[in-house]
Amino acid sequence: MTPALSARGVRKRYGDLEALRGVDLEIEPGEVFALLGPNGAGKTTFVEILEGFRARSGGEATVLGVDPERGDLVWRSQLGIVLQSAGFFEQLTPDEAVAHFATFYPNPLDPRRVVDMVGLADKRSSRCKDLSGGQKRRVDLAMGIVGDPELIFLDEPTTGLDPQGRRQMWEVVREFTRLGKTIVLTTHYLDEAEQLADRVGVIIAGQLVEVGTPRGIGGRERALARVTFALTGNLAGRPLPETGADTATRDGRVTITTATPTAVVAVLARWAEANGEPELPALAVSRPSLEDIYLAMVEAADGGEGREGDDA
Amino acid sequence: MTALPASPAEFRPNAPGRLIRLSLERTRIEIKTFFRAPDQVFFTFLLPVLFVVIFSTIFSGEIEGPPGVEKVEFSQYFVPGMIASGIVSATFASLAMTIAVEQHDGLLRRLSGTPLPRSAYFAGKVGLALFTAFVIVVLILAIGVVFYDVSLPTDPKKWAVLAAVFLLGVATCSLLGIAYTRLIRSSSSAAAIVQPPYLVLQFISGVFLQYSQVPPFLKVVAAAFPLKWMVQGLRYVFLPDWVAVDDYGGEWQVERVLLVLGIWLAVSFVLARVFFRWNRGYTG
Repeated sequence: MTPALSARGVRKRYGDLEALRGVDLEIEPGEVFALLGPNGAGKTTFVEILEGFRARSGGEATVLGVDPERGDLVWRSQLGIVLQSAGFFEQLTPDEAVAHFATFYPNPLDPRRVVDMVGLADKRSSRCKDLSGGQKRRVDLAMGIVGDPELIFLDEPTTGLDPQGRRQMWEVVREFTRLGKTIVLTTHYLDEAEQLADRVGVIIAGQLVEVGTPRGIGGRERALARVTFALTGNLAGRPLPETGADTATRDGRVTITTATPTAVVAVLARWAEANGEPELPALAVSRPSLEDIYLAMVEAADGGEGREGDDA
Repeated sequence: MTALPASPAEFRPNAPGRLIRLSLERTRIEIKTFFRAPDQVFFTFLLPVLFVVIFSTIFSGEIEGPPGVEKVEFSQYFVPGMIASGIVSATFASLAMTIAVEQHDGLLRRLSGTPLPRSAYFAGKVGLALFTAFVIVVLILAIGVVFYDVSLPTDPKKWAVLAAVFLLGVATCSLLGIAYTRLIRSSSSAAAIVQPPYLVLQFISGVFLQYSQVPPFLKVVAAAFPLKWMVQGLRYVFLPDWVAVDDYGGEWQVERVLLVLGIWLAVSFVLARVFFRWNRGYTG
């Protein structure tokens, strides 16, 4: 199958600054791909190159089979772009703005239905200038999808939304996924990437350092589990049993890092029982979250790397 | 809504029917948006009205021609200049400033991410300018006729020239305003960059004074720009022929006025295509 999007060795240089240092990526049709990375890492530059808003300094790219630098209006008609902060039709209502954008496309969705989909049914007749930041974000999304695009670029779609608004946005994204559309998403919310994305990619200092599923990225699936509990009550001051795993005690809290958490908990439970404490106080078994993995990657890469100036 | 989705291959984004439909849609949205900002509406139409009132009140005298001809009231004399000035402010000045704002706040980027043809965006801007310029001309003439004894032409040929100069002037100055946005680096500096050339040209093109009073070397400069020719064509429409002797050395040269404006229209079209940028953030 032809990929929906492909980048090979994509570079971007601003004077002496290398904002992108050769990014390779392929995204399949129907895939939801989330791009993560700290501010200034080159995420926005990369996406803008794919959207045809910026020229690249080197490498190859195709989006829906077309080089974005040569993308014409037919190509544009198959793309939906939801920008992070773009000028607004302050004086129009959501209905008017979305219906206006619908006229640009050969086969648009019903604009009123799109306004409903993004959860603005009760604001459809208010001027956009009177909407809240989160409501404007929904209008952004509605304008981006009303053309019924094959591929949607979403630049931080839920920034500024309340939890309920975020879930509603996610539903809209999922609805497009069910229709087989391809979605490229940038976000700072790792739970969002985990909820929506089939794969995530992490850009740090102009390079795509990792690509994988939200569950598997950075060796997360194979990562060791942590068993923690508190040394309180009858357990205070007792010597710990032998578990064969890496154990650390700090401020009365024990952390055991292990590949076999079930066996460790069994040993601990017997030990606690024997010491007159049938319940292990504050017991928790956890695996590193996507956020832990991501932050570890960012920290590992941190230090002396070039930063891009105008990337937000 | 069409029943069957057209495949991308069947979609012709620059088909004439689509361009016309989208140009009208853009114009409709531009006019709608314009009227929803009352302060903008007020000041767009207030300025030309004030000019007419102030000029007609301050210069209440007459211009004497050669013996035996009818004198011309100042209020009549300045009507063509006011109309030309109104056209330039509704087109060049207003478009350069509003487009600069749209360029810098990202609205243009948003539009450029859609299959909207650039020409339809231009058409919407020109459509709005045409509309506001028309209202301004009607206001100037109405106030002049009702309060200051301005007389309208009776010769149909003069009305035709008025229409031609109006349309050529609106189209040319709109396109120049679009091209001029290239010089504007931020939306806050827009007014400061747009006003000077337009004010200077108004003076040397004889909008605020008799063209015979403009020094010859400045007349050469003025003749290189469209405003002088718009004023000349409009003076033909509203003033007796003897004024042409004083101001333009003999004849009104209406054919030449239309020819120069036609050339300027073509030039400004090219300038707009070359200099206009959808996206100021774009670094090629």
